[in-house]
Amino acid sequence: MDASERGRLLDKLADLVERDRAVLATMESLNGGKPFLQAFYVDLQGVIKTLRYYAGWADKIHGMTIPVDGDYFTFTRHEPIGVCGQIIPWNFPLLMFAWKIAPALCCGNTVVIKPAEQTPLSALYMGALIKEAGFPPGVINILPGYGPTAGAAIASHIGIDKIAFTGSTEVGKLIQEAAGRSNLKRVTLELGGKSPNIIFADADLDYAVEQAHQGVFFNQGQCCTAGSRIFVEESIYEEFVRRSVERAKRRIVGSPFDPTTEQGPQIDKKQYNKILELIQSGVAEGAKLECGGKGLGRKGFFIEPTVFSNVTDDMRIAKEEIFGPVQEILRFKTMDEVIERANNSDFGLVAAVFTNDINKALTVSSAMQAGTVWINCYNALNAQSPFGGFKMSGNGREMWQCRTLLCNVVETVSLCRQETVTAQDMTAFCAPQRRAGLSTHQTFLHGNPGPAVSRGEFGLREYSEVKTVTVKIPQKNS
Amino acid sequence: MATTNGTVENGQPDRKPPALPRPVRSLEVKFTKIFINNEWHESKSGKKFATYNPSTLEKICEVEEGDKPDVDKAVEAAQAAFQRGSPWRRLDALGRGRLLNQLADLVERDRTVLATLETMDTGKPFLHAFFIDLEGCVKTLRYFAGWADKIQGRTIPTDDNVVCFTRHEPIGVCGAITPWNFPLLMLVWKLAPALCCGNTVVVKPAEQTPLTALYLGSLIKEVGFPPGVVNIVPGFGPTVGAAMSSHPQISKLAFTGSTEVGKLVKEAASRSNLKRVTLELGGKNPCIVCADADLDLAVECAHQGVFFNQGQCCTAASRVFVEEQVYAEFVRRSVEYAKKRPVGDPFDVRTEQGPQIDQKQFDKILDLIESGKKEGAKLECGGSAMEDRGLFIKPTVFSEVTDTMRIAKEEIFGPVQPILKFKNIEEVIKRANSLEYGLTAAVFTKNLDKALKLASALESGTVWINCYNAIYAQAPFGGFKMSGNGRELGEYALAEYTEVKTVTIKLDDKSP
Repeated sequence: MDASERGRLLDKLADLVERDRAVLATMESLNGGKPFLQAFYVDLQGVIKTLRYYAGWADKIHGMTIPVDGDYFTFTRHEPIGVCGQIIPWNFPLLMFAWKIAPALCCGNTVVIKPAEQTPLSALYMGALIKEAGFPPGVINILPGYGPTAGAAIASHIGIDKIAFTGSTEVGKLIQEAAGRSNLKRVTLELGGKSPNIIFADADLDYAVEQAHQGVFFNQGQCCTAGSRIFVEESIYEEFVRRSVERAKRRIVGSPFDPTTEQGPQIDKKQYNKILELIQSGVAEGAKLECGGKGLGRKGFFIEPTVFSNVTDDMRIAKEEIFGPVQEILRFKTMDEVIERANNSDFGLVAAVFTNDINKALTVSSAMQAGTVWINCYNALNAQSPFGGFKMSGNGREMWQCRTLLCNVVETVSLCRQETVTAQDMTAFCAPQRRAGLSTHQTFLHGNPGPAVSRGEFGLREYSEVKTVTVKIPQKNS
Repeated sequence: MATTNGTVENGQPDRKPPALPRPVRSLEVKFTKIFINNEWHESKSGKKFATYNPSTLEKICEVEEGDKPDVDKAVEAAQAAFQRGSPWRRLDALGRGRLLNQLADLVERDRTVLATLETMDTGKPFLHAFFIDLEGCVKTLRYFAGWADKIQGRTIPTDDNVVCFTRHEPIGVCGAITPWNFPLLMLVWKLAPALCCGNTVVVKPAEQTPLTALYLGSLIKEVGFPPGVVNIVPGFGPTVGAAMSSHPQISKLAFTGSTEVGKLVKEAASRSNLKRVTLELGGKNPCIVCADADLDLAVECAHQGVFFNQGQCCTAASRVFVEEQVYAEFVRRSVEYAKKRPVGDPFDVRTEQGPQIDQKQFDKILDLIESGKKEGAKLECGGSAMEDRGLFIKPTVFSEVTDTMRIAKEEIFGPVQPILKFKNIEEVIKRANSLEYGLTAAVFTKNLDKALKLASALESGTVWINCYNAIYAQAPFGGFKMSGNGRELGEYALAEYTEVKTVTIKLDDKSP
C-alpha cells in the first residue's frame, strides 16, 4: 500500500470518529466516570487531531543519503518495525488508544492492542470504525483482558517486535523486564509522575491558582501529568493557599452526565481506597488538611476535592503518586532551592512554571528534569509536540515525529561501486559479491533483537533526552 | 492507474472494472472574472480577452483582463489577509491543513467538470486531464495539507548563556505565474506549499488557459479560506506578469514557463525589491538508452516521454541517446510506435494526442521540424501538420541527429522525437551535460553500477532510471543550471515558502 494511502485511511478513521463523536464520548463517560462534556471536548478532540496529525506524516517518513568515506553510496530507509503490542490505561482510554495506534499505523506497522480491563468499550467500538474505514484485516487487533494474562502474554511474546505501555511505573518495570527476558523487543513507556508546579511571586495569582487547580484536579486527579507538588514562593504562599481552598470548595462533584459537573467518581474501589489511605497519611504525617479529605458519602467512588498545605518533601503525599483529587501545596524561598527540590524525585514527566520574568522562566525550564515543561500554562498538550518522561516517568516520546523514529527501524544500506574498488582492503571487503557488482553492508535490526540504532545521527537520539517546553503567549501569529 | 472501482470493503478492494469517466456535455463556464477577497470583480480597465479551444479553434468565452491596477488591488487584499492578528495568521497550522484537505475533497467532487474545462482550454485528451492532471492536483493538495503543522524550527545550543531557536515563518504575499501546459496542476504545485506555510497568494494563470484557475477560486471560497488569502488575476505577461514581478509588496514569486521569460522575471524581481524567486523553466532532457536496457520498456518510455501532452512538457525526452549496438532496432520500434499514436479529438477516449496550444507554438514547432530536415537529420515519420486539422501535428521522428542541429539544442515543445547515437558512457555523459538546461534525465539499463554512475554524473534535478515522468508529490522537482532555481514538491518545497527567523534570548549571568 502506498504510504499516502495509509495516511488516507487514518484520515478516514478521523472522519468516522467525528461522525460518531457523541456516541464515543457517552461510552467514555459511562465506562470511565469522566464528565461527558470533557470526554466530548477534550478526549474526543484529542483523538481526532491525533489521527489527522499522523495521517499527514505517513508519506513523509524520510531516510537520508549520507556522504560516507570511501566509494560507497549509502542511504537509510526508515522501515516499520513489525507487530507492535500496545497496552493502554483507563484514565483516557480512547485518547491513549489514538496516541498509540496513529503513529504505529502511520509508519506501516501492525498492532495488537489491549485496552484496560476497567475501560474496554471505546476501544472495541473503534474496532468497528477501523473495519468500516477499510484497514486491511489483521492490521489492528484488539484484545480485552487483564494485565497478568493478556498484558503479560503481549510483553513476553516472541512474535511481537515492540511494546508500548502507558500505566503505572510499577507495571512499566515488569513490562520492560519481560521484554528484555523474552526477545529484547523495543519498549516505550509512559508512566507516572509527581509533577512540580512552581509558582513565583510575580505570577498572575488568580490565573496561577486556576491553572494549578485544574492541573491537579482535572480528570478526577487521574492524570500522569497531575501537578501534585505545587511549590509556591513564600511571599504569596498564604494568599495562594486561601484562593486554592476557596476554588476547591467550589468544585462541582456529581454525575458525569450533568453538564455542570467538573468532577466525577474515581475509577474503582482499589483506587478509591488507595487515595483515601494517602489522605490519611497526609494527616498523620502533619500536613494541614484545608478542605475535603473524605469520600462524598453517596453511591459511587466520589471523593471530596482535598487540599493540603504546609506539606514537606518527606511526606508520602509529596512523594507518591496519588492519582486522585488531592492538592499538595509546598513553600519555597529561592529559585535554586526549588529547582533542586522539584528535581528530587525518581519521576520526571512534566513540570510547570508560573512567572512573568523571562530569566526565571527560561532558567527554571532548562533546569527541570522533565520531559515537558509548561510556562504559564498547564496540560497544554497537542498532537504536534513530543510527550514523555525523564527518569522513571518513562522511556521514549509520544506525539510529534519522535514517535515515528521509535516506530521505525533504521536500515543503512551501502553499495560499493565495482569500478572504483582499487585499494587492497576495499577489494577484500567487496570481494565476495563483486561479481554481482554489489556489496551490501547492512546494519539493520529488522527482525533481529538488539538496541535501537546507535550510529550516525541516530546515535544522538539514543543519548539525549527530549524535553518539550510550551510557553503560553498572549496571541499567536503564524 | 485504478484497477478496481476504487471502493474498499473489509480491507479488500472491490474488483469490478471501472467505467471510464465521461466529460460534462455543454459545460457552462461560470467563472470568468478577477477573484479578489473571495469576490468576483471586473477589470479596472473594463477590458476582456477571449480564450479559445485549440481543438475546434472556437472561442470558449471572454475573461476579464487584468492589468497593473488589478494586481495592486489583489496585492492589497493579500497583504490585509496576512496582517498580524488576521484570521489567517491566527489560524492553527492544523486548521490550514484541514482547509487544504477540504479543498482536495471539493476538487475530487468536481473532478469531471475540472477535467472537461481543462480539456476545452488546452486540447489535452480528457482522460489524461482526468487521470493525470486531476489526480496530481488532489494528491498534491493532500500531501501539503499534511505538512502544515509539521513546519518545525530548531532549538540550537550556541555559545554563551543564551536561549536560541528558529521559527520558520511564512514569507508574506507570494505571487504565482503559471503556464498553459498543465494549468491546474502547476497552480496547485504552487498554491499548496504556499498556503501550507501560511502565506497569502496572488495568481496569474496563463492567458491561453485561465478557466480552471478561476473555477478553483470558487472552490477556495466554498471551502472557507479567509478572504484575501488567494487572489486570481487573469491577464497577459507584459501587463499582469510584469506588474507582479516588479511589485514592491510581493515578497516572493514562483514562475513556471520558458527560460527566456524566467530571466525577465528574475531581473524584475531583483531590480524592484529583491523578492525571492523560484523558477521552473525549460528542458532539453536527455534520455539515455544503454545496450543492456530492456528495449521494449525503453522504447515505450522514450515515446511517452517525448510525445506526452502533445510534446508540451518541460520534462520532454527531447534528446534520446541510444547506444550504438541497439540504435537501429530502437529507431525501428520507435517509428512503429509513433506511427500508431492516435491523434484526434481530445474528447474521444481513443485519442492520445490533441492539438498544440496555439498558432504561435504550432508555427515554431513546424519551423524546427524544417530545420531538422535542412540540417541533415533523417525524417523517419511525420514531419508536417495533419492535413486540414488546424493545430494538429503528426507525431514526428528524426534519426541520425547530431548535437549541433537546432532540434538537438532548442526546446521544441511539440511531438518531435530526435534520436542520437552514442558509443560509450563517458561520451554520453559529456554530451548530455553539454547544454545550459538541466531539468530531468532518464537512464535505461539493467546494470546497477551504470545506473548509479549516470545518476550521479548527470547534471539534472531529476534522474529517472528505467522509468519516465515518475513524478510524485513526495519527491522534490526542479532544475539544475538554466532549467530553474529552487524545488517544488516534497519537503524541499517548504523551504521556498518560509523565512527563517533566529531568536536569541540572553539570560542573566547571575542567578537571583
